[in-house]
Amino acid sequence: MGVFATSATARRRHRTQKLAFVVLLGVTVLLILPVLAILGMLVYRGAPALSLEFLFSEPVRGMTAGGIWPAIVGTMWLVGVSLAISAPIGVLAAVYLNEYAGDTWYTRVIHLAIVNLAGVPSIVHALFGVGAFVLFFEFGTSILSASLTLAIMTLPVIIASTKESLSAVPMSFREACWNVGATRWQTIRHVVLPNSIAGILTGVILQVSRAAGETAPIIFTGAAVFVPFLPSSVNDQTMALSMHLFTLSTQVQNVPQEITYGTALVLVGLVVLINGVSIVIRSRIRRRRKW
Amino acid sequence: MSREEVEGAGANPGAELGTGLGPRLGRSPARQRLHRAKELLIETVIRVCGVSAVIFVFGIFYFVFREAAPLLFGGLDLGELLTSGEWYPDSDNPRYGAFALIAGTLAVTLLAMLIAVPLGLGAAIFVSEFSRGRTREILKIVIELLAAIPSVVWGFIGLVIMNPLIIDLFDTPVGLNVLNGAILLALMSVPIIVSIGEDALKAVPDTYREAAEAMGATRWQVTWRVLLPAARNGLLAAVLLGVGRAVGETMAVLMATGHSVNVPDSPLDSVRTITATIASELGETAQGSDHYRVLFVLGSLLFLITFLVNLTADLVIRGFKRR
Repeated sequence: MGVFATSATARRRHRTQKLAFVVLLGVTVLLILPVLAILGMLVYRGAPALSLEFLFSEPVRGMTAGGIWPAIVGTMWLVGVSLAISAPIGVLAAVYLNEYAGDTWYTRVIHLAIVNLAGVPSIVHALFGVGAFVLFFEFGTSILSASLTLAIMTLPVIIASTKESLSAVPMSFREACWNVGATRWQTIRHVVLPNSIAGILTGVILQVSRAAGETAPIIFTGAAVFVPFLPSSVNDQTMALSMHLFTLSTQVQNVPQEITYGTALVLVGLVVLINGVSIVIRSRIRRRRKW
Repeated sequence: MSREEVEGAGANPGAELGTGLGPRLGRSPARQRLHRAKELLIETVIRVCGVSAVIFVFGIFYFVFREAAPLLFGGLDLGELLTSGEWYPDSDNPRYGAFALIAGTLAVTLLAMLIAVPLGLGAAIFVSEFSRGRTREILKIVIELLAAIPSVVWGFIGLVIMNPLIIDLFDTPVGLNVLNGAILLALMSVPIIVSIGEDALKAVPDTYREAAEAMGATRWQVTWRVLLPAARNGLLAAVLLGVGRAVGETMAVLMATGHSVNVPDSPLDSVRTITATIASELGETAQGSDHYRVLFVLGSLLFLITFLVNLTADLVIRGFKRR
């Protein structure tokens, strides 16, 4: 047999390799197809319902007609307030972990807590919100209670992505700054944070998308099935898109299909759009990064 | 910290002018003291934020347990809760046996993992070892989108798409059952399995790959014989985190598993999970009643389960990082 002739073993190895490739590709496609099918279905069935009137008017006749404006406004309130709470805490927590803390048992406990915070079931966050904010701190069922619950639930998202972008800033930047006599905080404030702002923004955006989609944590802490007015302060109850979709699809009879699909499409569209923005920002940073 | 120092810190122009150049020579000692005070204040705030996650995790446990405690130490039969299938919280003679709920949770989670683990690990291997460049980027983005779809939307999909599909395919009267919930949960927990699994594969040094390829191994042989054993712990952690996600998922299973308290015999039986029970019953109970408190007991149980799963996953990951 010549040196370059393929042996039986080599051919078999090659076949296995090909088979493995096809199977793995198939598995991956099997994951991607449902996403596309679901998005396609929502667009196909939900798009006919979309109109300016649907977006900007109130639900009427026991929510079997009309639009979803109060739910959209409510979701904005919940997301805005929860962001105002979790963004500063999350960014500073990441600054602590990346810039101040060493690799000690203490830091490990914090990491463990963050992982666990991300892993606590959303319904347990809801129970916590009821026990802590609604009852103990007496905020009642309100935007404030719901937003605090959402903020704590989404904190790990901001911490993780901020920390990642902080650690991407080269050590030499910090050393150069320290060498001209800057303190730790000055270095962070004027060198580290400006150089990682895009990554922090990505985390914030992901937090927004996560908070906008959550349902369980807000059902008992501040979201209501129907509120006849738009919220005017954080002490009000409010409607929310996610809660509205839940209500329409399980609690109310005889809702025209396109209204439910329309609501689902708006919610998914919002979340996908927000995620898209964060993906674009991230790929921009990668391309532009000079170090 | 004295009031004077705090005020001074706010009005300190040097910090603004300095733009990161630090305390200058020739600055008066008073100024330097203010400066140090400001630095100390900010550092304290940062340290407090740093431990916030720990505080919140304890807070969650404390406040959930606080609502559960009066019942837990005042008459609840924990043995009955865990082993009896009689869940009649509203009857005149209320019985709190959560076995059917626990069985429902286990059934849905188990079936979901049977689907999600091969899919998730397969996709992780494909993304990490068999694709590159643009394809890889696009795959990662789609999987990220999969993770972004809110759970209430998954529940809605279970109701309006999966339900009729399962009725047609399996010729059953109801399509809201273990299978429906498990498929949704599988799709929901796949992204976390893929991303953690991919991290684990990426953490295997390239020298391993190069050494194997230099000996003439195909890409698949490298993966099967070298990478999977080397990344074993990380992949295990990925699966564990997927399990954690599935056990705690609420809205999707609430809407898609059929809402009947029942120990399932087959994937086509309707069930109700622990999470779904809390979500559907909490709104109807009077605050402080036994029924209300038993839901918090179930919440504490969920918290402990996911805490243990996450702790194990973290220890496993730490193990493979140290090595």
